[in-house]
Amino acid sequence: MSILVIAEHNNESIKAATLVTVAAAQEIGGDISVLVAGANCGAAAEEAAKIDGVTKVLVADNAVYEHQLAENLAALVVEIGKDYSHILACTTTTGKNFLPRVAALLDVAQISDVSGVISQDTFQRPIYAGNAVATVQSSDPIKVLTIRGTAFDSVAAEGGSAAIEAIDVVTDAGLSRWERAEIAKLERPELTAANIIISGGRGMQNGENFALLEAVADKLGAAIGASRAAVDAGFVPNDMQVGQTGKIVAPDLYIAVGISGAIQHLAGMKDSKVIVAINKDADAPIFQISDYGLVADLFKALPELDELLD
Amino acid sequence: MKILVTAKRVVDANVNVRVLSDNSGVDINNVKMAVNPFDEIAIEEAVRIREAGNAEEVVVASIGPTQCKEQIRTALALGADRGIFVETDADIQPLAVAKLLKALVDKENPDLIILGKQAIDGDNIQTGQMLAALAGLPQATFASEILLADGEATVTREIDGGMETITVKTPAVITADLRLNEPRYASLPNIMKAKKKSIDTYTPEELGVDVTPRLTTLKVEPPSDRQAGVIVADVEELVDKLKNEAKVI
Repeated sequence: MSILVIAEHNNESIKAATLVTVAAAQEIGGDISVLVAGANCGAAAEEAAKIDGVTKVLVADNAVYEHQLAENLAALVVEIGKDYSHILACTTTTGKNFLPRVAALLDVAQISDVSGVISQDTFQRPIYAGNAVATVQSSDPIKVLTIRGTAFDSVAAEGGSAAIEAIDVVTDAGLSRWERAEIAKLERPELTAANIIISGGRGMQNGENFALLEAVADKLGAAIGASRAAVDAGFVPNDMQVGQTGKIVAPDLYIAVGISGAIQHLAGMKDSKVIVAINKDADAPIFQISDYGLVADLFKALPELDELLD
Repeated sequence: MKILVTAKRVVDANVNVRVLSDNSGVDINNVKMAVNPFDEIAIEEAVRIREAGNAEEVVVASIGPTQCKEQIRTALALGADRGIFVETDADIQPLAVAKLLKALVDKENPDLIILGKQAIDGDNIQTGQMLAALAGLPQATFASEILLADGEATVTREIDGGMETITVKTPAVITADLRLNEPRYASLPNIMKAKKKSIDTYTPEELGVDVTPRLTTLKVEPPSDRQAGVIVADVEELVDKLKNEAKVI
């Protein structure tokens, strides 16, 4: 088996998603190559070479790969990937964007959001918002997989010493161009990387009340999330949404405040290690999956929690 | 300009699906079915583009068993002009869907193809990207805003940590994210009108597409259960448990 992992990076450093994808590759077993495609991405490639368990790092350093445009990146991965048995990327918005394009160009199926490796051709993945887990077997010569970030334990970022090989393939489809990005300036950890998350739901009543969560989040070093109900009601922006159609998270501690526990939301957070629910409705479904439940008015409980954390 | 959209038939978002006891799949007998909610957003966007005078026709396609015509009728009631139904009882996986849609793109030559970013049954998030690849078109996935001008579409995309704006040449494939718009409800007169709109029917064979599944589902199981824990009396007890029992703060 030879596995190609497409690195997630910002040209300067490797993102944690890559370490999880390498972990999944190790479970499949075989030689692991990591492709770093970017522009002026030498530093990221050097980091990739240190990842534990990586045999080889391929670097495609060209302006056409700077922003991971799907048309250019997919053409490159098809060119390189046809010699591999497996091609893996993480289930991030980047992986989800370009990898199906790779699979289609190779005329193979993609298995999305793999949460378990059974064998070299058989994998588990959630369907119906995590309400069921399917075990699927691929008959294709190349297995193309996106890896669920919360389902595998990252490999060590240090300890490896892979050879770095430059790739001079330049694939510019000329079909798309990048204009700009607005990355939210976060004073807190990013949702998918946070060890602790505190989320608010419809019970927060409005956007201003999220300040109550912020106070607690600051003391815990936590990220702030929201249910779809809170997003749909316009309390907070969409990128804060945890759930089937938002971010999938699995922190050490997840505190759900004023969230009833719709399936949609549970699908995004039920793999968290410890779940706390604060809700005034004792019958809220969130209590059925929480480790610690507090039936209370959040407008009283949050200031108390804030005070006790001093 | 002509826009092609899709209307996948899926289990309604409000249905709590159950795994069949023989682990062969989920129980979709006698449950409410609907247009995939992300496809509804795609349909709405296409109709708005036409209403703004930037397109002449919105064509909606659905693939699957006979009942999928219901979802086509729904899309027609929401404002699509004409339907295309690809009838098959086979297990149609995303790559096959993309190939069937590619065949429709070849027939119809749309200037824009808008699909939902994912279907809420398989959660694969593949079809739009695969269609774009097979048709040799650019793609703009997870769109929250679409601006059309001069043979190009400038699309704002939802990405991890924020937003990104890209410009693609048209024809292009765009997949709709949640914030793109809020779909309308079909009015009764429009539902009546939809019954008179035409639907062309094809089979995968007629379109020359091999839809043989590449993946075999060996089993489908319920997710591992999480047990309910304890109810604490007050905030003080909660903090104590988190510090001393769970040791997470």
